[in-house]
Amino acid sequence: MTSPTTPAGPLEQARPNGVVRALTDGWVVAKRNLIKIKRVPEVLVFVLISPIMFVLLFAFVFGGAIDPGGEVAYREFLIAGIFAQTVVFGATFTGAGLAEDMQKGIIDRFRSLPMSPAAVLVGRTTSDVVYNVLSLIIMALTGLAVGWRIREGVVDAILGFGLLLLFAYAVSWVMAWVGLMVPSVEVINNASFIVIMPLTFVSNAFVPLESFSGFLRTLVEWNPVSALTQASRELFGNIDPSIPAPEAWPQQNAELYTLIWVAIILAVFVPLSVRQYRLSAGKA
Amino acid sequence: MTDMIRATGLVKRYKDVEALAGLDLDVPEGKVLALLGPNGAGKTTAVRVLTTLLKPDAGSAVVAGVDVLADPDGVRSRIGLSGQYAAVDEHLTGFENLEMVGRLYGMSRTAARARARELLERFALSDAGDRPSKTYSGGMRRRLDLAGALVAAPPVLVLDEPTTGLDPRSRVQMWDVIRELVSSGATLLLTTQYLEEADRLADDILVIDHGRAIARGTADELKAQTGGERVEVVLAHPADRDRVQRLLAEVATGEIGLAENGRELTAAVDGGVGALRRLLEGVERERIEVLDVGLRRPTLDDVFLTLTGHATEDATGASTPADAPTPEVTR
Repeated sequence: MTSPTTPAGPLEQARPNGVVRALTDGWVVAKRNLIKIKRVPEVLVFVLISPIMFVLLFAFVFGGAIDPGGEVAYREFLIAGIFAQTVVFGATFTGAGLAEDMQKGIIDRFRSLPMSPAAVLVGRTTSDVVYNVLSLIIMALTGLAVGWRIREGVVDAILGFGLLLLFAYAVSWVMAWVGLMVPSVEVINNASFIVIMPLTFVSNAFVPLESFSGFLRTLVEWNPVSALTQASRELFGNIDPSIPAPEAWPQQNAELYTLIWVAIILAVFVPLSVRQYRLSAGKA
Repeated sequence: MTDMIRATGLVKRYKDVEALAGLDLDVPEGKVLALLGPNGAGKTTAVRVLTTLLKPDAGSAVVAGVDVLADPDGVRSRIGLSGQYAAVDEHLTGFENLEMVGRLYGMSRTAARARARELLERFALSDAGDRPSKTYSGGMRRRLDLAGALVAAPPVLVLDEPTTGLDPRSRVQMWDVIRELVSSGATLLLTTQYLEEADRLADDILVIDHGRAIARGTADELKAQTGGERVEVVLAHPADRDRVQRLLAEVATGEIGLAENGRELTAAVDGGVGALRRLLEGVERERIEVLDVGLRRPTLDDVFLTLTGHATEDATGASTPADAPTPEVTR
């Protein structure tokens, strides 16, 4: 038996600081979250069924009523929008997962360990990327089944998926911050609904930009979700050549505009969330 | 001998309640100190401050030679904390829980795995080690949690109410485990609501109330202050009260307590069994009908009553039954 007073080797080693530690500790926490998916696969079933439902609902219910004009069919126009909406909604999982973690005893264990204060957040946001990867795969397959096609090269398509995941990752830090502030998991679902519904619906995700006018149109043009959708359509080759290119700068530079938003969101919400984590965990 | 834990003048306020009101405490190396007090006395707050989970409003603390406020990470790598609510992940197996903790201490994967197996073995969890901890009993979860606190073999251990909520058998098992730790030389700070637990595990007991220390000593010293064992009588007829009170006065060493229902009388006595026999002889001689007569060791309530002059009651003044072993007190 080892005596508890035996000086443990690892403790005497200097631990790497800052970002390296946040990433290595974050990965340990991410693995813990992924094990949960393995143990409670039921959660995954619903995560994967809802995107299928979305694709089919929009394709068949609105498909006949909404006409983006030109040669590209609505279904083809639609899929990138559904991709964008679903991965952005995926951020809700981050908020809910953290809100749940904060109520559990395991947080006390984490807080009493010499680990990075960002690790729980890095771990949660990282493991939630897996949800989004899986739902993108499922949605892409469903999309292909109802007539969506990738018309640019494979590299562009991969970039398209990459951009969707990157933006979703940034938004998950926003919901992480919200998740740390709400008193219970139930609140998160409502909170994210209020934020994400308008964000995704006041965009070109489901209807063409041209159908908006006045102030609302400006809003749609500058909405980062519109840029994300536009960029995805470009990278997947779902842009109708017969429709004139949009005039607004964010729409003309959709990839760049999306990346700028990713940088801004991360720069604001990573420090904000880490600070909130320290505060929330010390409250009890 | 150096102090492994030393706290001076800790203050922590929550709105209008002072959870800690200038608490001082010290634990010499290799010793066990029990913080004894009712719910809301400030035990858990003290533990949270000493383990860096909470910043005090005033005061200072040094744990294993490291200042809690100046270098919390340094403290965290030298302590092991096991809390009131088992801090384990229910979806992870026992092995995965311990491996994760080891990795978060900065151990290599190989070292963390070896340590996890070793601890599972030591806490009699080997057989259950590869099952999700959700399937564990309460006692097993607590043992796993305690194992988590020991992963990095820290020189200082802090156990917050390690047996609260456990059934009697698990409690005794837990005591055995803790005694074994102590015998191997760890410095231990332990909080408890049970005088018996403090008695069995600690070298020294610090009684706290309303966030400050009110007495310190060994279990024997504290019990001597509270007047040793108690005789308790439950009357069948409240009308017999005066007669029994007179009989009790012959054997009592202090005041005679009367419960609110007017049927239960309690008194500290010297030489327990002899006093009980004399009382019983009197009761029989006078043909008084009693429901229950017994001898019991002083409870936390008795210690409190003697030390503070008030029962373990909350700020609103609601008194608790004299025989309640774990009075509910709100902070």
